[in-house]
Amino acid sequence: MGKIVAVTGNEACAEALRQINPDVCAAYPITPATDLMQRFSSFVNDGKVDTELVLVESEHSAMSACIGAAAAGGRVGTATSSQGLALMWEMLYIAAGTRLPIIMPLVNRALSAPLNIHGDHSDGMGARDTGWIQFYSENAQEAYDNTIQAFRIGEHLDIRLPVMVCMDGFIVSHSIERVEYIEDADVKNFVGKFEAVNPLLDLDNPKSYGPLILTDLYHEYKRAQHEVMTKVPKVVLDVAAEFEKMTGRSYGLFETYRLDDAEMAVVVMSSAAGTTKDIIDQYRDRGVKIGLLKPRMFRPFPYQEIAEALQHVKAIAVLDRADSFGGYGPLFSEITGAVMSMNSKPAMINKIFGLGGRDYLPEQAEHVIDELIEIAKTGKVETVKEYIGVRE
Amino acid sequence: MTTTAKPLGLKKLALGEDRFSYGHRMCAGCGAPIVVKQVLMATDYPIIATNATGCLEVSSCIQQFTAWKIPWMHSAFENSAATASGIEAMYRSLVKQGKLEDRNVKFIAFGGDGGTYDIGFQSLSGAMERGHDMMYICYDNGAYMNTGIQRSSATPFGANTTTCPAGDVIPGKPQQRKDLTRIMAAHGIPYVAQASPSYHTDLMKKVQKAFEIKGPKFMNIIAPCNRGWRSRTNDAITLAKLAVETCYWPLYEIENGVTKVTVKPKEKKPLVDFLKPQGRFKHMFAPENEDMLKQAQEYVDAQWDRLLKESAAGESEKAE
Repeated sequence: MGKIVAVTGNEACAEALRQINPDVCAAYPITPATDLMQRFSSFVNDGKVDTELVLVESEHSAMSACIGAAAAGGRVGTATSSQGLALMWEMLYIAAGTRLPIIMPLVNRALSAPLNIHGDHSDGMGARDTGWIQFYSENAQEAYDNTIQAFRIGEHLDIRLPVMVCMDGFIVSHSIERVEYIEDADVKNFVGKFEAVNPLLDLDNPKSYGPLILTDLYHEYKRAQHEVMTKVPKVVLDVAAEFEKMTGRSYGLFETYRLDDAEMAVVVMSSAAGTTKDIIDQYRDRGVKIGLLKPRMFRPFPYQEIAEALQHVKAIAVLDRADSFGGYGPLFSEITGAVMSMNSKPAMINKIFGLGGRDYLPEQAEHVIDELIEIAKTGKVETVKEYIGVRE
Repeated sequence: MTTTAKPLGLKKLALGEDRFSYGHRMCAGCGAPIVVKQVLMATDYPIIATNATGCLEVSSCIQQFTAWKIPWMHSAFENSAATASGIEAMYRSLVKQGKLEDRNVKFIAFGGDGGTYDIGFQSLSGAMERGHDMMYICYDNGAYMNTGIQRSSATPFGANTTTCPAGDVIPGKPQQRKDLTRIMAAHGIPYVAQASPSYHTDLMKKVQKAFEIKGPKFMNIIAPCNRGWRSRTNDAITLAKLAVETCYWPLYEIENGVTKVTVKPKEKKPLVDFLKPQGRFKHMFAPENEDMLKQAQEYVDAQWDRLLKESAAGESEKAE
């Protein structure tokens, strides 16, 4: 067993990157991810890693340099948040479309305007369609574990895709928690040797990257990208099984909590799932059959597996820490997509919570569950989408 | 480091291998592929190149066809320098770790003037400041030719483009060009040069010199575009020569801060010799726009005089 430490989410992810020792990292500071790369910079300057650290002049260049480095043929990582991810937007599609395994912790933070540095999922949700694999982490341990697994998944020869490992800004990135580190040698062994595919640095077999492809083949390229995404869940589960053997910590495509016999379910991602589990315990003590489902892998989204896990519940509340203005919350849309295939459909509500770092309090979870109890009883939904925790 | 530079005799060069091959789809008479060929011909070092989105990129690598016989990458418009810096960093990392043999690879980032002066300026400036061992080469045709001749900050004063047309009220581009070569020199990088494909020996010598210098290098190379310049298809080299002879595009280099004019025209021709054969300046020859010609000439004169002074200062510094 590795060392047990008290560290922040950022510190844990920086430690994961130190243990993985990527060949190149390119980064630009942005709150709340700054601290992660800052710590990693010390590893570089203290000679603890072999990484060439490219300290670029913007996130657009950070992702561009990562793309160049990954195509050159080596292991690549970076980290960002919020506006930084937004500035990378163009390059996110190019990283995925070029099938380059780049691993990026995303410390989730609200998007401007108004300017806000605190945690919500607006940034990650905006990158939903970029072709990146996305994981959301509940705590520092998960952020650390997901980062290590991400390298294996993204670099898998059947996959070769970039991966985002999300954790809640400040709530996880800056809170000190108990984390169990894995031994350096075990991490090294687990991620293995990087295998280059068509590297630019193979001078004797020159390759051209980034062609112009118009109406006659673009469509087929995009279908190929869709098809590779369908292979991701199996690889994620295989890697998780190996990871469990090494650490004893179990990961799936999502986590369920007291869901098996539940009549009602709350679906929520990341740190808010922890708070919700506590409240569920209290309701369970009172005999209320409520459970939780916490998606871990948001892209590709495991519709069918989630539908199976939720098929016995009468009512579902989906909590979104992001909004799609004029639409339902992004997680709600996915869960309704999953529910589509069920024979008897549960009643569903969507709560938008915690934007810009607004605290998600136990009372909010209680109100949601009280409403669910009512809906399960009557089968009636009054308002589908609603903001909670609002100062009126 | 001392190496014997590749001889630049035309006969020898003609027999050498083309690393930018025929079959690309650049327009007939385009200056850009000539620039690329001359750059790649100048050296036998292994080269890895990146390319900003633009004419050169869309015409040289389409679907399964590529004109590049060297490793080449295009990712987006504004990031040729950043992409190259990532490749160069990976090369350094793998060599340092003993994972890759050091073969003295040279890195070039290509971009047009739009991708260099404008949208790619930040990425270029950043890569140069970080000191990557790479060369940025701008092929400057003075407008966004790929999207249909829109003005860029490299477009010369008065030029008629599709976004600064020669209208009844505003006759072409009201501003002078951005002097990017000097801006790059202000970065304090070891080597900056301006070149023209009409002086191929000068251009290739500069490339050779740059490749022997460690660190970031920048070359700005004029690349006539007959579509945008509204000139004859077979005039690319003639116009690139007139640009030098009129001192519109002086050939010079700034090595470790010391400026040197590398080709001084025997007789400085009037700017109109360069402007006249190009349809984009036609309106400037109308009697009511006489003042525009004067302004254009004055700007070139001032720039040239300043350059001569700097070059003379460089010479005397060397003499001391």
